[in-house]
Amino acid sequence: MSRSYSRRDFLRLGATGGTIAALGLAGFPTLSLARSQLDARIAVVGGGSAGATVARYLKEHAPNLRITLIEPNETYYTCYAGNWYLGGFRDLDTLGHGYDNLRERHGIEVIHDRAEELDLAGRRVMTRNHTPIQYDRLVVAPGIDFDWDRVEGLDREGTEQIPHAWQGGRPFRILREQLEAMDDGGTVIVCPPESPYRCPPGPYERMALIAHYLKSHKPRAKVLGLDPKDSFSKQTLFKQGWEELYGDMIEWVPASAGGAPERLSVADRRVFTDGGDQMHQGDVINFIPPQQAGAIAHRAGLVDDTGWCPVDQETFRSKRHEDVYIIGDAAIAGDMPKSAHSANNQGKLVAATIVGELTGEPSPGFPTVNTCYSLVAPDWAFTIAAVFEHRDGRIREVEGSGGLSPEDEGKEFRQVEAIYAPGWYESITRDMFG
Amino acid sequence: MPVRKPPLRTILIALCGALLVTPVQADDDPLTRGELIAQSCFACHGPDGQGADTMPPIAGWDEELMVEYLEDFQKGKRNPTVMDRHATGYTADEIRELAAYLSELD
Repeated sequence: MSRSYSRRDFLRLGATGGTIAALGLAGFPTLSLARSQLDARIAVVGGGSAGATVARYLKEHAPNLRITLIEPNETYYTCYAGNWYLGGFRDLDTLGHGYDNLRERHGIEVIHDRAEELDLAGRRVMTRNHTPIQYDRLVVAPGIDFDWDRVEGLDREGTEQIPHAWQGGRPFRILREQLEAMDDGGTVIVCPPESPYRCPPGPYERMALIAHYLKSHKPRAKVLGLDPKDSFSKQTLFKQGWEELYGDMIEWVPASAGGAPERLSVADRRVFTDGGDQMHQGDVINFIPPQQAGAIAHRAGLVDDTGWCPVDQETFRSKRHEDVYIIGDAAIAGDMPKSAHSANNQGKLVAATIVGELTGEPSPGFPTVNTCYSLVAPDWAFTIAAVFEHRDGRIREVEGSGGLSPEDEGKEFRQVEAIYAPGWYESITRDMFG
Repeated sequence: MPVRKPPLRTILIALCGALLVTPVQADDDPLTRGELIAQSCFACHGPDGQGADTMPPIAGWDEELMVEYLEDFQKGKRNPTVMDRHATGYTADEIRELAAYLSELD
């Protein structure tokens, strides 16, 4: 008579070491291990909000895991809070985060190199300048890439003249310098992208905070939003704030009113909308391109026909390759928006999931969270919050929880939320890079 | 035709012979739900719940007091800005486990 062995059979005995982890990977039933005994090799591709978090929390849970974080940049500049810089009340340097703490305090090997290819069959990450990095588990956190082909006239080369400022650092500086150089009375055109995209309320916060800068420095200038959508995140709260603080300085044109950009002339700083019939002349143009998962996810075959990465939304294991986890903006994550806070929570969820798999004690799971502060001025903010659970096969909001800041609150409430916003930034970036 | 597998005991003895079994330390206990929920809170309240800048610390709170606060937030009490919208996402059991874990942090 044949019999199969249950995990419980092995748990009765207990076991140890990376060899057992390797046995588990080879298809043997997983054995129960202490966390400190785990020494598997885990590669994390991408050192942004999601990648830094998963690397750090894997080490926190199991200090002897061998974690290699592969990230081309020596300093990661956040996109979030970048609008505060554009508004003139935050230094760009304070939005940059290095990897010394992850390396020295947490014992993570950080390689500043570009992951070129993923050899999923051979369990190797191929980089530009290093020998192949062998792994037992792979986490891919590639963030976003831009889809340059969807709008005529839009290309990578044009970003010096028409900065996207949707990845941190230098693109923000270019846009800020253009705003400073613009004459009073000029028009700043902001073109939000089609959904889905990173940081859904971000373009509308940007319109407000550019207006905040202009109001005190170039009060005859104007901000024009040309949108391929008819609605947006926190819309009522933004419109209240725009009107209260900036009057008619901000104009937003939805797709239904002819606002959808069709064509862009970089050299002339013109945007053509409404089927190309309407021409809008800008003095500064911030065109935020349509987005998709980071390029390496495409090269590795981890995306579907939407350009994003389908995952099992309980574990964030790729639906295209079972040995790969995908987190952050690149993942299709049900109701979770593409935000830094989501990326942080997904990193923690996957860290616990991987440790659970390697120890043989499955993670108990936990409700994940999103919190997003949007500022309309340095002293005027509101939030969206959500708590998520895995229900009926996808990530959904817990019923009765979450939501927006109340619409009927006044200036005092907005001020209090504005006080908390930099605290959120400080906390979450310490949680990732500290 | 099914392949007969070797007896489980034989496999286990072989594994024991090949591997050194080390004692399990206290912090080697499986991750708990309270700990993982707390880590989710750290996104706003800083690593290990220590707070940062304007965000208040949540580490080391008395367990009962934390439960009381979170239950009050669920009811919209204590003038919350965003905590009411968070607290309503958790069951009574989850709040208890979270509060118990946070109370043990320094």
